[in-house]
Amino acid sequence: MNKGTVPKLQRSWDLRAACNFIGGGTGTGLLVFAAISAVIGAPFAAAGLLALVFVGFGLSMVWLEIGKPLRAINVFFHPQTSWMTREGIVALPLFALAALAVLIALARPDLDVAAALTMEAAAAVGLGFLYCQARILRAAKGIRAWSEPAILPLIVASGFAEGAGVYLVLAGLTGAQPLWTYALALLLCGARYGAWWHYRRQLAANGAPAGTLNVLNEAEPLVAWAGHAAPAVLLVLALAGVLPDVLAVLAGLAMAVSGWFVKVTIVLRAARSNGFAVAHTPVRGRGTSRAGERHGWQLPHQGG
Amino acid sequence: MTRYVMVADLRRCIGCQTCTAACKLTNATMPGVQWRRVVDMEVGTFPDVQRVFMPVGCQHCSDPPCMEVCPSTATGKRADGIVTIDYELCIGCSYCAVACPYEARYKVDKPTFAFGDTPTEVEARRYDPAMIGVAQKCTFCADTVDDGVSRGLTPGVDPDATPACVNSCISGALSFGDIEDPDSNVSKLLRENQHFRMHEEQGTNPGFYYLWDGARP
Repeated sequence: MNKGTVPKLQRSWDLRAACNFIGGGTGTGLLVFAAISAVIGAPFAAAGLLALVFVGFGLSMVWLEIGKPLRAINVFFHPQTSWMTREGIVALPLFALAALAVLIALARPDLDVAAALTMEAAAAVGLGFLYCQARILRAAKGIRAWSEPAILPLIVASGFAEGAGVYLVLAGLTGAQPLWTYALALLLCGARYGAWWHYRRQLAANGAPAGTLNVLNEAEPLVAWAGHAAPAVLLVLALAGVLPDVLAVLAGLAMAVSGWFVKVTIVLRAARSNGFAVAHTPVRGRGTSRAGERHGWQLPHQGG
Repeated sequence: MTRYVMVADLRRCIGCQTCTAACKLTNATMPGVQWRRVVDMEVGTFPDVQRVFMPVGCQHCSDPPCMEVCPSTATGKRADGIVTIDYELCIGCSYCAVACPYEARYKVDKPTFAFGDTPTEVEARRYDPAMIGVAQKCTFCADTVDDGVSRGLTPGVDPDATPACVNSCISGALSFGDIEDPDSNVSKLLRENQHFRMHEEQGTNPGFYYLWDGARP
């Protein structure tokens, strides 16, 4: 008994969907770093190009997941309310602007101001894309771990942090790591942990499937220590001048991978349905009714 | 105005799953797909325990989150409140499935049959390739309702204008009708009995009511 009434793990979206949130977040975060680099006159073409690869990879994964890929154009039909449509629409100028900025930077180095302005515009559109992704999850009322409002700052902060992480790795490989990147990455690392902490706290405070909370609690030590504390320490050391080229790359790797881990955890492992619930049991036999129970849920008063 | 709703009397439902079988037969859904089903739950702790059978499926919400998120406009809502899917528009992204608070939506990616890879004669005859790779769910037997209404019949009263699950219910637990009509069977039931709707906190205004006390069942 109670079979089928407890919140069950969703099987509608798999790793391909998670890859969209990973690619989109990392790509748009990287675009922001590319735009900052462009403003201060640092090279940005590689970061811009890699950002496009990430976003394109994510969208390709979604395309592979849908049941009717040849009808993919229909995704643009509902901008009035669907955040998925809006994400698709925003992706068009994102690709056009970022590709144009990279093209100008590579083909016409003399037009550096135009390239920088175009990359800034691409990054601004990228922020819109990232916001759409966060709202896609927020609108999924069937999955408590996604519909929690605190998912919005988490997805946005994680996108920035993942982008910062990949930028640090990229900068390390190209041998150009200005100090501002360490400082900004440190700030974003802290911001993401704050958003993650807030998200988990809100989920528990407002009630969620016990399975969801358990998965998130199990992930916490890894996310906290390997995903945030370790890169934060590495970045502080890099800022102090201790092996900056090596430590910043390691910190970047940890920041990016931990963000991807968080997304896989939320999209796949913690994504439980609402289950079913009776508000009142039927009055039969003894003539009594009881307030219904919600199997598999940890309600706020039950603590955790 | 008309809004068709379903009413399930939890005092009457015995969990026989006849509605489930009738739905599958009527709509030729594939194995693993249950537009209508009855969940079996145990409430309380031994020895103070109650067993409750709860028919579930698409709740035909008046503010359906599935319709809001659908990127292709495949999910729509008719003037009579029935939430529909246009199988020719749906891209099979499953966004509606994760947006539905009631686990009511399914997607079948490849044909499956009751006895392995080979369909039975009936399965082969009723196989609809348009249903592969797209979202699907309970339709409130909209075709039956429309056909009945066009012939002057009353949904929920005349079997030829009523969803299969309601027609098949052996205990009279399921009722169907127009909630906007104060004289309809469902309006009368809701007036005379205490009822609730599932997950009302989601704000979707579901069109599926559960009776739990009131007039003698």
